[in-house]
Amino acid sequence: MQKQSLSDRRRGGFLTDPKVVPYVFVAPFVIYFLVVYLYPTIATILMSFQRIEGPTSVEWIGLKNYERLFSRNYIQALETTARYAFWDVVVLTIVPLLVAVILHSKFVKFASFFKSLFFIPALTSIIVAGIVFRLAFGTLPTAPVNRLVQMFGKEPRDWLMYAGTGNMVLIILTLWRWMGVNIIYYLSGIQAIPTDLYEAAEIDGAGAVSKFFHVTLPGIKPVLIYVITITVLGGFAMFTESVALWQQNNPGGVGRTIVGYMYLMGFYKNNMGLASAVGLTLLVLVLGVNLIQLILMGFFKKED
Amino acid sequence: MEKRYVDRRGVVLTVLATGLMILIAIFAMLPFAFMFLSSLKPGQEMLRNGLSLTFEPGISSFSNYAALNTYRDGIYWCWYRSSAVIMIMQTAVGLFFGSLVGYGLAMYDFKGKNLIFTIVLIVMMMPFEILILPLYRMLIRAKLTDSYFGVIMPYLVPPFMVFFFRQYVTGLPKELLEAGRIDGCTDYGVFFKIMVPIMIPAFGAMTILSCMNSWNNLLWPLIVLSTNEKFTIPIGMGTTITPYGNAFDVLMPGAVMAVVPIVVIYLFAQKTFIAGLTSGSVKG
Repeated sequence: MQKQSLSDRRRGGFLTDPKVVPYVFVAPFVIYFLVVYLYPTIATILMSFQRIEGPTSVEWIGLKNYERLFSRNYIQALETTARYAFWDVVVLTIVPLLVAVILHSKFVKFASFFKSLFFIPALTSIIVAGIVFRLAFGTLPTAPVNRLVQMFGKEPRDWLMYAGTGNMVLIILTLWRWMGVNIIYYLSGIQAIPTDLYEAAEIDGAGAVSKFFHVTLPGIKPVLIYVITITVLGGFAMFTESVALWQQNNPGGVGRTIVGYMYLMGFYKNNMGLASAVGLTLLVLVLGVNLIQLILMGFFKKED
Repeated sequence: MEKRYVDRRGVVLTVLATGLMILIAIFAMLPFAFMFLSSLKPGQEMLRNGLSLTFEPGISSFSNYAALNTYRDGIYWCWYRSSAVIMIMQTAVGLFFGSLVGYGLAMYDFKGKNLIFTIVLIVMMMPFEILILPLYRMLIRAKLTDSYFGVIMPYLVPPFMVFFFRQYVTGLPKELLEAGRIDGCTDYGVFFKIMVPIMIPAFGAMTILSCMNSWNNLLWPLIVLSTNEKFTIPIGMGTTITPYGNAFDVLMPGAVMAVVPIVVIYLFAQKTFIAGLTSGSVKG
């Protein structure tokens, strides 16, 4: 007892006790996690079994929300999201990687200038930039993209009216906005690869393509995994891009994503129970796809 | 002969590669060109002819920018202020807690450390969007709806910052802590007086990333805020787009003004930013 108080005085109290200090540092995150993530996750699970009409009227209805889940609108949102997520991962993994490899090659003049420039779209608000994309792919025959296709002898189109072309516009918007970010991630990985690996490959007679597949790609594997993981998450949870092109309440439902559908159910239709069930399917989807992706990429294997 | 062949091949590749980069640069910059040129034209012209990459001296002027001051009693600047206040609050608080926790996870060994770091990683892989319903009900109970604090509440200790600072501090020598203690600092003193100055590049990168996230955030502020004057720019700009016609006179100059400050910050800080961003984010 006496000893304890002596050491307290010397060190200046409970909060500076070396055993306590680390916990003081991490305490904000623990509290944050409990309040902002753990409690809401549990609440979402519980709400998905309830009918909620206003703050006081809560009724347990078992699996009814899940039985009602697979409506036409939900399936449509699921399709929109899956289609977008697929192309998002394909395009935003591959295109920035190729650009990064070219930027890193000795053939590009002013490479650092281009690198900085490609990042600028990421600084803009998607809603703000989306205005331009909406007009560029507008319905008028004089809209820029329609003019462009007419130059190639094609008919002008209503790009945003159909799921297929709408998805294409979404991918172009996403590529425009995020390409620079992924390029920077990739470049950081490529620059960390020791140059003697390339020299060794050259001595072995490897060409550019072979060097890419046997040196660059294995060398940036951690970065690649990181980029794919955040792209999967961003793809499935997409909402803002869709609002930018179609606003919140698109009558035909073209471009409405799962998050958009959840928002519609929870805040417009006042059906928080169903919205929670929708949200949980999204959680399972994202974690599932990422888990499969991480296993395929060998993330859980011990490094040799 | 051989040498000349290689040289010519190098020239061709340089032209091709640089040319491709120029094309991509045009793709990246084109929307800004459309935005700026359209901001100079009367809204009627936009309605009639849509976007075009033309500059028409006769009808182009900066008068739309002046109209931002008068449109609905200058509400655009209310949105602007709102966005700025939220961005500054969210970034300051996020940097404070994010660096504190990231530092704690990297510098100390303690029971539960691995569990907490695993939670950080899992949370980073979770779509935040699915939590908005219970979070919103929480705000209602706490009477925090339609408040700036409500908007920043889910971002008080951003997991991506915790992760980033943890990665960054892991690369710093642990002897600094011992040295500081010997000099008579408490562990908190060591953090604020010795470590924070060393972590400046990390703070730089996280500042820009956080500003970007906050400035662009739509879903959560849209749910929390209900007073028109408190709207952020993305929400406010969204309200000017209606099925009954778009207020192009405001939309286009408003879009330009929304882009300018963050691009200016970026251009000044980009070296630190890119160096900081790539130094910690993607290792192991």
